[in-house]
Amino acid sequence: MQSDPTSAVASATGTTHVDQRASIAPPPQRIEHSATPDLLFCWLTRSVAAFTFILLAAIIVSLMVASWPSIRKFGASFLWSTNWDPPAQQFGALVSIWGTISTSLIALAIAVPLSFGIAMFLTELSPKWLKRPLGTMIELLAAVPSIVYGMWGLLVFAPIFGQYVQPLLSNTLGKVPLLGALFSGPPLGIGLLAAGIILAFMIIPFIAAVMRDVFDTTPPMLKESAYGVGATTWEVVWNIVLPYTKGGVVGGIMLGLGRALGETMAVTFVIGNTNAFQGLSLMNPGNSITSLIANEFAEAGPGLHTSALLELGLILFVITFFVLACAKIMLARMGRAEGRK
Amino acid sequence: MSAVIRTYDVGLRNRRSLVNKLALALSLVAMAIGIAALVWILFDVVRLGISALSPTLFTQDTPAPGSAGGLRNAIVGSLLLVGLATLIGTPIGVLAGIYLAEYGARSWLADATRFVNDILLSAPSIVLGLFVYAVFVTRTGGFSGWAGVIVLALLMIPVIVRTTENMLLLVPNTLREAAYALGCNKWKVIMYITLRAARSGVITGILLAVARITGETAPLLFTALSNQFFSANLNAPIANLPVTIYKFAMSPYADWVSLAWAGVFLITMGVLALNILARIFFREDQQR
Repeated sequence: MQSDPTSAVASATGTTHVDQRASIAPPPQRIEHSATPDLLFCWLTRSVAAFTFILLAAIIVSLMVASWPSIRKFGASFLWSTNWDPPAQQFGALVSIWGTISTSLIALAIAVPLSFGIAMFLTELSPKWLKRPLGTMIELLAAVPSIVYGMWGLLVFAPIFGQYVQPLLSNTLGKVPLLGALFSGPPLGIGLLAAGIILAFMIIPFIAAVMRDVFDTTPPMLKESAYGVGATTWEVVWNIVLPYTKGGVVGGIMLGLGRALGETMAVTFVIGNTNAFQGLSLMNPGNSITSLIANEFAEAGPGLHTSALLELGLILFVITFFVLACAKIMLARMGRAEGRK
Repeated sequence: MSAVIRTYDVGLRNRRSLVNKLALALSLVAMAIGIAALVWILFDVVRLGISALSPTLFTQDTPAPGSAGGLRNAIVGSLLLVGLATLIGTPIGVLAGIYLAEYGARSWLADATRFVNDILLSAPSIVLGLFVYAVFVTRTGGFSGWAGVIVLALLMIPVIVRTTENMLLLVPNTLREAAYALGCNKWKVIMYITLRAARSGVITGILLAVARITGETAPLLFTALSNQFFSANLNAPIANLPVTIYKFAMSPYADWVSLAWAGVFLITMGVLALNILARIFFREDQQR
């Protein structure tokens, strides 16, 4: 009570007034209006929020420090050397960078059209009562843990893929000049192509969910005007909805790409895990940045080998950071444009 | 003079209608492929998983190849890791979410945190594993359960921050104003009014975050590692389901692969149950 200035003033000025009130009803308990708990709480939440911010900086700094021996020894040639030879202490990342980029691009090539179809179905075609259950099922594809995709891919999908689909591909697309180089090779089942296909199914829910959400932001007035002048559903989606939501769609695709680049377990199971570069064919087994780290890290001796693996992690983080930052900026711009209306 | 004036081109109309039908059919096919993929995976997981289920799964530890065994140590280890990570990650995530929603409307720290949080939400989990390895494992003298707990907690935080902020922003401002008018302090308004109003949404976020880390494998490879034996000691490598599945599924031994299917079945069912639970929780709240 001493700390409360108002009560001190009250007792110093009119005592009779206070007595009078006390005779009518017991004085109400004063609520202590100290600012301390408020400030404490504010600073607590603020410092916790700053924690996530510091975390990002800490990730980059610690990975740089830990991979410094490898950065100093190999310099920029780490990025384009194909020689990954732990016993000889020679490390180059090109094979795994190629694996990461090729599998992610395969995944995008498959996932983008499928996600577009799914989003179009959910926003324009589906009867209302089916929207929620179908949307939930697609979202559940994202909930299945990546190790489940990996094990299923290795033990169920890859044998079927190698026996039926790969021979078909090399007999058709493999005969086309130029493109054929990508589809020739032994039908092993596992390899870059199988990893890309599994990845596609893992990123479809992310891309489809963003596309569906941004498609829904198209003002009904625009769509109705187009329908009014006789446009078909497809023409409305392609000429009205898609141009209107361009930024958001690209943002969603980038988000999917970010996921695909960093996916580990599913890729490790089906990519084949070989460090030797065997040509451009997508049928070949290979290695991605993530699968190489997952395979070798536990057995790597301290020193240059561990340091090179950590440098791979740093490269991956920097790539995904830029991809995700682009995605975020594009989606934010889309959100702002919406807010202006 | 009496020539019929064509107001539209029949050929063009037919072509447009055909393109439209084709596009709609392809969209239907895309939807069917998506659903079929989910059904195919779940069907195989259930088919191969159930045939590998047995009571010894929960009573015996992971075996050497060729002998009988179960997954007891891995199941207990996973529950321990996920439980402790939830205890650590939840308060941090909720408090940061409170800051973003209630204090940081226009501060640079909030904008920066929001941006970083969204990046971390989609950042590769394997990188977080390497980070914890570099700053924790190398300094504490080796792989340990605590390192696994830390990395799982770090993976949970962005999910919880995101949902907490979104859910708090849905609480109508009139509620806050009413509480202020009655003389509440800001922290009391947040803790007793807005957070309580957003409770089920926040719980949904926590459930989804738990679902996310339950199947997480890659970061555990460099932190908790694995352990063939039963152990609850968090200062040493500890067995857990995902890493055990990884090791067993890649092995050439049939009985190990079968145990891995049982593990995959348990994890998938657990994660799907958490997801469906979260959705039910959230929907009931929305309908109220």
